[in-house]
Amino acid sequence: MGRIQLKSVTKSFGDVQVIPPLDLTIEDGEFTVFVGPSGCGKSTLLRLIAGLEDITSGSIDIDGADATDVPPAKRGLAMVFQSYALYPHMTVRKNIAFPLRMAKLDQAEIDKRVEGAASVLNLTDYLDRRPGQLSGGQRQRVAIGRAIVREPAAFLFDEPLSNLDAALRVGMRLEISELHERLATTMIYVTHDQVEAMTMADKIVVLQAGVIEQVGSPLELYRTPRNLFVAGFIGSPKMNFIEGDEAAKHGAQTIGIRPEHITVSETEGDWSGVVSVSEHLGSDTFFHVHETGLADTITVRADGEVGFRHGDRIHLTPRADVIHRFDAKGLRIE
Amino acid sequence: MATQHSRSVARLMMAPAVVLLLGWMLVPLTMTLYFSFKKYLPLRGGDLGWVGLDNYVRFVSSSSFWPAVQATLVIVGGVLVITVVLGILLAMLLDQPMWGQGVVRILVIAPFFVMPTVSALVWKNMFMDPVNGLLAHLWRFFGAEPVSWLSEASMTSIIMIVSWQWLPFATLILLTAIQSLDSEQLEAAEMDGAPVLKRFYHIILPHLSRAITIVILIQTIFLLSIFAEIFVTTGGAFGTRTLTYLIFQRVLESQNVGLGSAGGVYAIILANIVAIFLMRIVGKNLDA
Repeated sequence: MGRIQLKSVTKSFGDVQVIPPLDLTIEDGEFTVFVGPSGCGKSTLLRLIAGLEDITSGSIDIDGADATDVPPAKRGLAMVFQSYALYPHMTVRKNIAFPLRMAKLDQAEIDKRVEGAASVLNLTDYLDRRPGQLSGGQRQRVAIGRAIVREPAAFLFDEPLSNLDAALRVGMRLEISELHERLATTMIYVTHDQVEAMTMADKIVVLQAGVIEQVGSPLELYRTPRNLFVAGFIGSPKMNFIEGDEAAKHGAQTIGIRPEHITVSETEGDWSGVVSVSEHLGSDTFFHVHETGLADTITVRADGEVGFRHGDRIHLTPRADVIHRFDAKGLRIE
Repeated sequence: MATQHSRSVARLMMAPAVVLLLGWMLVPLTMTLYFSFKKYLPLRGGDLGWVGLDNYVRFVSSSSFWPAVQATLVIVGGVLVITVVLGILLAMLLDQPMWGQGVVRILVIAPFFVMPTVSALVWKNMFMDPVNGLLAHLWRFFGAEPVSWLSEASMTSIIMIVSWQWLPFATLILLTAIQSLDSEQLEAAEMDGAPVLKRFYHIILPHLSRAITIVILIQTIFLLSIFAEIFVTTGGAFGTRTLTYLIFQRVLESQNVGLGSAGGVYAIILANIVAIFLMRIVGKNLDA
């Protein structure tokens, strides 16, 4: 249970329309990620679904029933906030139990569900502590626990990992993915980090200025970005864009080639340039190549053992089968 | 990085201020204690020698003592309840985005800038006067008999006047506390199914608890010593004689410095008892 359908939803703050008419269906049990640069309206969209903001026009259906005017508490959705929004004066147990107390469940049932959530999230030892005494990751788990106990139709995550350090973020990413596997509940996850989107999502919704640029599975978006924006946003490091004669050779206004689809050679290749910066990650090496005559900088991924230095002249060869072609409007040419 | 040397220099630099403050406190305290053991009637013979604890016994056994304690507690308690309750409501109201917010906030704080004597006189003459007061006009407009506030409802009147003065203070402190509440917490509670009143009770009120204790502590200290409001309105009549006012009457109206000083010592003890309780409550709250 948890199919969410947005039908020509719009949202304006005063005269400013932040979300132009937008249609989107999120299937039951799907892990959907809204991704886009900051200010693209992804959080607003999530808050519209949650009911924390009223939509200006259009309608929202949850499980086939119109939920446009249903207050947030009655929509059966649970939200995990960026700041976690734990209640600082309550213990972890009371925090997790709060939605159940508000729903007036009997104490035995509340205890059972809280214990259950705590054991799933490894919080059993911390139940009598206050949020202030917990680490960032533990607070995050409490916030998730508070969402789980309600057994909602869908979970909404608003950039839940952005306050954690890098190592913890990777760990929590896995935990959330595992949680999704286990609960098989619809999850909508907002992030500006395309790595989170790629690793967690069943379906990614790429947004820009309130407009959906593309919807699809992570690999669909990676393989066949519909336009320049999606092509540049998905994938890390960014896709290289080349205009001019080189693009014209492929019959396009712009061509895009991902750093991992270019091979590097000391002696021969289609293009050549000078290494300005080389970033050695151990597993991979990224070269930022200048003076190619194609674009300001071409980024190339090579094997970790390739050891060119600043100032070396190298030769590049793109893999012809994965060159993306875009027309003058920035749309993909098949 | 305070080294031994810089710390001793710091002590030396602070010494004049500390000595001055200590003297400022100790001299009157010692004089009060000194006089409290003497029979000292400035207009009726002056210093009449030591009398031991006589003044202390007389002050407590006087028929005015317990009513004065009661009046003090009623005024302090009444003002605290009114300022805290209305302060919370006003703070929540002022926290709402509205047109002219800045001006409204300054206006709300304004009564705090009015001197106690002035505000009491304004209330007495402009509002509570049974003939020309605004309240009398209001009562008459509805066909009711005007109330002569300061004699018939003296206690209520004084509590009203003092509350009016202190409400801005409470509102200001509580408003800053409310503004520091993370709005995501309220949204989380809303999604968790808590309706407005429960959000207030479970989220806003606990968040304000610290600010409320601070308001209560500071106000109690100042309210125990209110004087001008009583002096210019009822003059201590109609059951509005507080402990502070009783001491004033003993010293200046009865011209009995010894007896008044003994009362002063009682007031010091009372204030300290209150302070100890409040410190413990606040201390506990500030730790959390």
